[in-house]
Amino acid sequence: MTALLHVDNISKRFGGFVALDGIDLEVQPGERLGLIGPNGSGKSTLVNCICGTLRNETGSVRFDGQVIDGLAAHQRTHRGVARSFQLPRPFHSMSLADNLRIPLLYTVRAREGMLHAHSDLGARCDELLDLVGLAAKAKQIPRDLTQVEMRKLELARAMAAEPKLLIADESMAGLSHSEIDDILALLLRLNEQGITVILIEHIMSAVMSFSQRLAVLVSGKKIADGKPEDVVRDEHVVRAYIGQ
Amino acid sequence: MNTLSFSAIATAVGLAVLAFAQWLGLDYFYFAGYTILQFIVLATAWNILGGYCGYVNFGTAAFFGLGAYTTVFMYKLYPLPIPLLMLMSAVVCGIVGFGMGYLTLRLRGAFFSIATLAMAVVVQTLVINWDFVGGSRGAYILHPENLEFAGLKVNYIVYLFVLMLILAVVALASARAIERSQLGFGFATIRDDELAAEACGVPTLRLKLIATTLSGAFMGMAGAPFPYYIGYLQPQSAFALDYAVNSIAMPMIGGTTSWVGPLVGAVLLGSAQQYATVTISSAVNLLIVGLMLVAFVIIAPNGLIGLVQKRLRRGPP
Repeated sequence: MTALLHVDNISKRFGGFVALDGIDLEVQPGERLGLIGPNGSGKSTLVNCICGTLRNETGSVRFDGQVIDGLAAHQRTHRGVARSFQLPRPFHSMSLADNLRIPLLYTVRAREGMLHAHSDLGARCDELLDLVGLAAKAKQIPRDLTQVEMRKLELARAMAAEPKLLIADESMAGLSHSEIDDILALLLRLNEQGITVILIEHIMSAVMSFSQRLAVLVSGKKIADGKPEDVVRDEHVVRAYIGQ
Repeated sequence: MNTLSFSAIATAVGLAVLAFAQWLGLDYFYFAGYTILQFIVLATAWNILGGYCGYVNFGTAAFFGLGAYTTVFMYKLYPLPIPLLMLMSAVVCGIVGFGMGYLTLRLRGAFFSIATLAMAVVVQTLVINWDFVGGSRGAYILHPENLEFAGLKVNYIVYLFVLMLILAVVALASARAIERSQLGFGFATIRDDELAAEACGVPTLRLKLIATTLSGAFMGMAGAPFPYYIGYLQPQSAFALDYAVNSIAMPMIGGTTSWVGPLVGAVLLGSAQQYATVTISSAVNLLIVGLMLVAFVIIAPNGLIGLVQKRLRRGPP
């Protein structure tokens, strides 16, 4: 089976600081990958390089059989890469429904054969809001939301682009146990629909229950990649997290 | 209401203004009205980039001046009818707007604003040193006192007034159409959060270039009839800082998120300035702008429109 995402030896530095150092990563279609690592290990930088927010200096990223290096972030979104941000970044001046309308207008409608009429757009917004349990607040603005609702909006907006790959960057940080379960259930449901998910998370219980495979970044290097239960026992991983 | 019916209503309002002016029969009304209409166009044009996309442009004078000097250039070469000159100015300033956008839109916030201000200085310096269009001496533009349209004698200032009135209607209708279109939604995402916009598939650079081009073109069109209005054009008056300050202050006072804001702001501030010019002194103009801007930043940071919306949302007590 060919990989959906193929990250080949990418590196990124900020001045003298090496944020990513020759990362290789493959994600199969339909897979649930957990990506963990201590703070500052390069997880978000890797996401930014995959999504086109940052440009990697060496190596290349292949998505769905095509090299996507050099494509702008919005072009990668059109190809089917979607992300949520670590700190939610809603469009403040718009209602929740309009927040979801943006990827529908600019990504889904831009794809061939997926032209929605205007009335369909509204229905699709409602459907997505319903999926994340925010249907009642469709007309409100993001400022009125709680933390967990904001994260849900962030995920709903990423889903609205009808992606093949969803990268959830710490979408559970700061949430309570029941809220974490909410988000996890949501991500699992998406995965069942055939969307490949990369979950970046610090909350180990969530990562362990969600991931089929686990990759670990430390200081910009990938030090482990495999079955979650094996990876967490890996001596390098334990040393990175707990120290010697 | 769709764009067509809005344009019809806007045209009707425009005709009503014209009818009122005719009834008044006062030449001065046309002189003052022209300036206010010109500011409606400038404020609306500024708002396409500054209000909808959130990029504060200090270079209005550059586009306005370029539009005016396109007219001067053509006047020296071969005088053409003003509507044609307006179109030419739109093309010239649209291209310059595109170029400015391409060079500066990777800058954000204050850096972008400083770059646009610098551009205004560069363009003015170029014109000062360009002898063909009069250089620092300026240029005289002569026009007949009256024009004849199908046997009807029309005073030249009335002609200019009507042209600016049409342009104002077109500018407002365009701004409103943009606001409600996919383009307008895209502009709003740029204002709110560019990174998130890209992640949603919005081609931010392309949209910003569309905004700078449109905005520049409208500013240029507002400048095109100006040499005929003023009769003697010199770089200091075409590239005056007043244009930049006014076209920022007017949408700020009216409200930047909707087409109504620049209209309200321009009418309010423009009329106040005209009134002060006649009753006190023309030097008081900028003082009024400054005072009103300070007052509005304190009382209504989202402009008059924002204030009204807030009241409406709160509902009756």
